[in-house]
Amino acid sequence: MSIGTGIGTSRETDELRDLYRELILDHAKKPRHFGKLEDATHIAEGINPLCGDKLRMYLLVDANDKISDARFEGSGCAISVASASLLTETVIGMATERALQFFAAMVRRLAGRPDLQSDADVIDDIDLGKLRALEGVKEFPSRVKCATLAWHALNSALRQDARQVSTE
Amino acid sequence: MTTAVRGNLNAVPPAAERIDSARADFPALAQEINGNPIAYLDSAASSQQPASVIDTVAEYQRHDHANVHRGVHTLSHRATEAYEGARDSLARFINAGSRSEIVFTSGTTGAINLVAQSWGRPRLRQGDRILITHLEHHSNIVPWQIVCEQTGAELVVCPINLRGEVELETLLDLMDSRVRIVALAHVSNALGTILPLERIIAGAHARNIPVLVDGAQAVPHMQVDMQRLDCDFFAFSGHKMFGPTGIGVLYGKESHLDAMPPWQGGGDMILEVRFDGTTYNELPYKFEAGTPNISGAIGLGAATEYLLALGMDRVQRHEAELLTYLVQKLVAIEGIRLIGTAEHKASVQSFMLDEIHPHDLGTILDHQGVAIRTGHHCAMPVMDFFEIAGTARASLALYNNRQDIDRLADALISAKEVFA
Repeated sequence: MSIGTGIGTSRETDELRDLYRELILDHAKKPRHFGKLEDATHIAEGINPLCGDKLRMYLLVDANDKISDARFEGSGCAISVASASLLTETVIGMATERALQFFAAMVRRLAGRPDLQSDADVIDDIDLGKLRALEGVKEFPSRVKCATLAWHALNSALRQDARQVSTE
Repeated sequence: MTTAVRGNLNAVPPAAERIDSARADFPALAQEINGNPIAYLDSAASSQQPASVIDTVAEYQRHDHANVHRGVHTLSHRATEAYEGARDSLARFINAGSRSEIVFTSGTTGAINLVAQSWGRPRLRQGDRILITHLEHHSNIVPWQIVCEQTGAELVVCPINLRGEVELETLLDLMDSRVRIVALAHVSNALGTILPLERIIAGAHARNIPVLVDGAQAVPHMQVDMQRLDCDFFAFSGHKMFGPTGIGVLYGKESHLDAMPPWQGGGDMILEVRFDGTTYNELPYKFEAGTPNISGAIGLGAATEYLLALGMDRVQRHEAELLTYLVQKLVAIEGIRLIGTAEHKASVQSFMLDEIHPHDLGTILDHQGVAIRTGHHCAMPVMDFFEIAGTARASLALYNNRQDIDRLADALISAKEVFA
């Protein structure tokens, strides 16, 4: 990634570089597992009313409660598309219960909600791996919803508690 | 009474003499954002306030606050004088026929809902039509949808062309005998299009159809004259014309307002209350139930005086020049697609840059101190028309200058580099 000199050379530049990391831009431009999953067992839509972005999450959960496939479709900003793409890479092959733990960990890490740290044991247990690339949003409060949209959709799909979730 | 805010709000010195120095009147524009001086290009969402507005409101809060139209004591008298003085300023600003045609509301949205419920609901029947256009803000769509649900009336939408214009002939053709009211924007908030209102209103009146104008995006940019325009209702907001939030105006022709029942009941809107019946207050108080937003109205009065002193003709000339410069700078950037290219436009320009999502653009620009709006601009049908989820939008006000636009252009070029 090349950030031009016009952007400045301060702490702010580092924050911006941190937000739009190579990995994020790569997933935003070439999202993995993008498209419809015909034989999905769980489907949910996520909508960000702030910008109108909408995505649909498809999951195929097998008899052993394992996510054997995941796909998504929709349009969104670089952060929301990259987040959805990284999500699919992360959860394929994962037990649904484990995926829900990842959801909780992601929302807590990115939204930085200290009131939820009583569940710290759940977070500590989880190595977010590649998903850490999304942690740059912590410096951009207005963008946290972009990064968590796909995760909220995953949560909703697995719990089947709503067909459409909102980040509001 | 030396500290009283006077009716005409002259307690604070009025605006700068020349438009070029007006920027210095706005304290918020003297700050840095992320280490860069702010280039505020989001006035269509909410404009900044001049010191005279901020100081007038502060003076009122410090010295003159009390409830209006009630007490016999000094503070209540001062508050009432200032509140009603603001109404006088506004009546002058839009050249209303009388001060009783100026109803204070919470904003444009509140004003349109008032008309939909008080004018529309008792009149509309199954088979009646409400005519709007495709470029309306949600606040001039949803109140009508609600009253349609309540009455069985039908909402009819006039299409726009690819430049984002409402074509006069198309609109006139839709004004058939079933249309009970036409509700449309003076200026599109997402596209900047200025509608040919005088001809539209004349055409509607020739068919005996009243017209409501959403003027929120017009009043900060141009002279509006109720008597010349001859519209039946005109709604606008304080915070888009350099005043506070939570205050706005419904202008209505006296004959309409007189014939309408109150929308909300409560204090201030009554003359006499008995359990066997209540006599409503005269105009405009009939529509101002409850203690109003007194400080908001006084602040809006100060903003109005500021604009009257500056002269809207000067504002309009300054912005027309800036808009031309903005468009020149934008089209010089490879990959820019302008959304909204009407022949007659106010200083609002929506655009897309390459495949970059507007939200990402907004974040990158903000990091360089350039504030723009990104998203659907509360005009989702407009976005659907252009088959996009949202746009980036730069909107100019009287305090912007060429440097702001240069900064925008530089920031857009650096955003291209990030996504190269």
